Order: sequence, then C-alpha cells, then structure tokens
Amino acid sequence: MEVTESDEALLGRLRGGDQSAFLALVTRYNGSMQRVARGFVPNDAVAEEVVQDTWIGVVRGIDRFEGRSSFKTWLFRILVNRARTTGVREHRHDTFDPTEPVVGPDRFDGSGAWAEPLTPWESDSDDRVVAAAWGPSLRSALDDLPDRQRDVVVLRDVEGLSAEDVCVVLGISEGNQRVLLHRGRSRLRTALESELTRRGR
Amino acid sequence: MMPTLRRRQDLVCEQVVELVTDYLEGALPRREVQRFERHLRACPNCTTYLEQMRATIAATGRLTPEDLTPEAQDEFTRLFQAWSGDGPAETDGDVGDDGDGPIRR
Repeated sequence: MEVTESDEALLGRLRGGDQSAFLALVTRYNGSMQRVARGFVPNDAVAEEVVQDTWIGVVRGIDRFEGRSSFKTWLFRILVNRARTTGVREHRHDTFDPTEPVVGPDRFDGSGAWAEPLTPWESDSDDRVVAAAWGPSLRSALDDLPDRQRDVVVLRDVEGLSAEDVCVVLGISEGNQRVLLHRGRSRLRTALESELTRRGR
Repeated sequence: MMPTLRRRQDLVCEQVVELVTDYLEGALPRREVQRFERHLRACPNCTTYLEQMRATIAATGRLTPEDLTPEAQDEFTRLFQAWSGDGPAETDGDVGDDGDGPIRR
C-alpha cells in the first residue's frame, strides 16, 4: 500500500490551489459522505449534490478552518448541515423498538443461554486480507442499516471520529449515540456471521 | 467458581449481547462491568461473541475508500476548476455563496 498523505498535508496543498490534493481528499471521504448524506435526503442524486455542495463550502471556507477540530469533523459538520437544510425530506426517524433484541431470540434457549455454540471466526494473520475479504459484505451491510445507525457507524467506526465529535456532528445525545452504535454494530456482526456461514467456514 | 455470597443475579447470554457496546465504550458502571466480566469468564460463547464484535469494528475501521467513478472524477475536477478560476465558472458555483465554516451563516 502506498504511504497515505495526511489530511493536513493535503489541506496545505489544497490551500495552494493543488487540484490533485483536492481530488485525493474527495476520494478519501466520498463514500462516507455519500452514505451519511443519503440518510437525510430522498435519493442518491440529491446526496451527490449535497456532497458537491459541501466541497464548495470547504474550498471557500478553507481559510477559516483553523484546525481546532479535525478536518474530518469539520467536513462532516458542513455535510450534515447542508444535508439538513436541503430539507427535501423531513428527517426520517428510524423506527425501532429500543427493547427489541439485537440478536434474534431464537438464538437463545429458555434460560437465555446460547442455544447453539458460536463458532469463532478464523482470523487471518494479515489484516489486509481480512479487510479485502470482508469489505464487500460490510459495505452492503452498512448501506442496509437504518439511516441514523448508518450515520453513527460510518462516523465512529469507518472514519474514527470520537463519540463526542459524532454527537456534535449529528446533534444527538451521548446516550442516543451509543444506542445507535450498538444496534448498527450488532447488525454488521450478524451480517458478517451470515456471510461467513454462507461461505462455510 | 467464585463464591456466590450476596452476588446479584448473574447475567445470561441474552443480556450480555445487549451490554457489549456499553462495555466497550466504558459506559457500564463498575459493578456492571464486574458482572459482565464474570459472565465472560464462564462463557466461551459470549467470549466469542465479544471477539466477533471487536473483529467487526476493526474490519469496519479498515474499509478502504472506494475509487471515484470517472463521472464523479470529472464532476469534481470541473467543480475545483470553477473555484480556482482555471476553468469555466459553471453552474456549480451558484449553490450559495456563503463561503462558510462549520457553522452555517
């Protein structure tokens, strides 16, 4: 893998008008921006517009970015603000029953213990092999998550924002953030489990 | 086994899976952490479950950016050139001239 240039280094070049730095940043965040924006607007085309609009805001406001938050956090704040004000769709609340279990009740016996033993996942010694093998399943599972769960999982686990920053970006409470994260992560685990079972290992 | 004197009721697996994120996030009160870990020590299945959750989180964190489609590449190139004044200032520029930072206007 090539050495990846930091956001800060790319930003520095972008300030100097470097197009390749711009495209590198766009590429780095496009998938996550698209996934987060998609949760606020009615379709992919509008999400793409929101993402482009966000980048216009970034290049115009770049001199005002003082690095008090990470670039990433700043970027996603602009994105979510733009997505919200696009206002095409009233923010759809994910309707889930917070008491609904994250693992199907059929997996447990009457005493609440696992009905069947869990098979440990084989861990490959090479992280990149694992990432490549699981990537497609994970991406499609991410896309299938309810909007708010996807927003939180993308920001926390894909982009590595802190819980605090995720709360700021999405305007949600710490408790809510944790509930959404829990449900989202649990679903991703289930998706990987099904995929690994399907592959028969 | 540990002594069971005055122990609060033990967790069952079905409860453990609901506490995994609170546990990993450090959001469980100390007593709950003890109860959670006591269950794990005795339960290989929940230990596996926790490992799978950790593996899921790690794999999610290693997702690599997807390449831009050629169309998106062109679109963003045009957008950049319109901004930097190198190219035709196309319609992309008219979506609001607030030149904003993190807080909208």
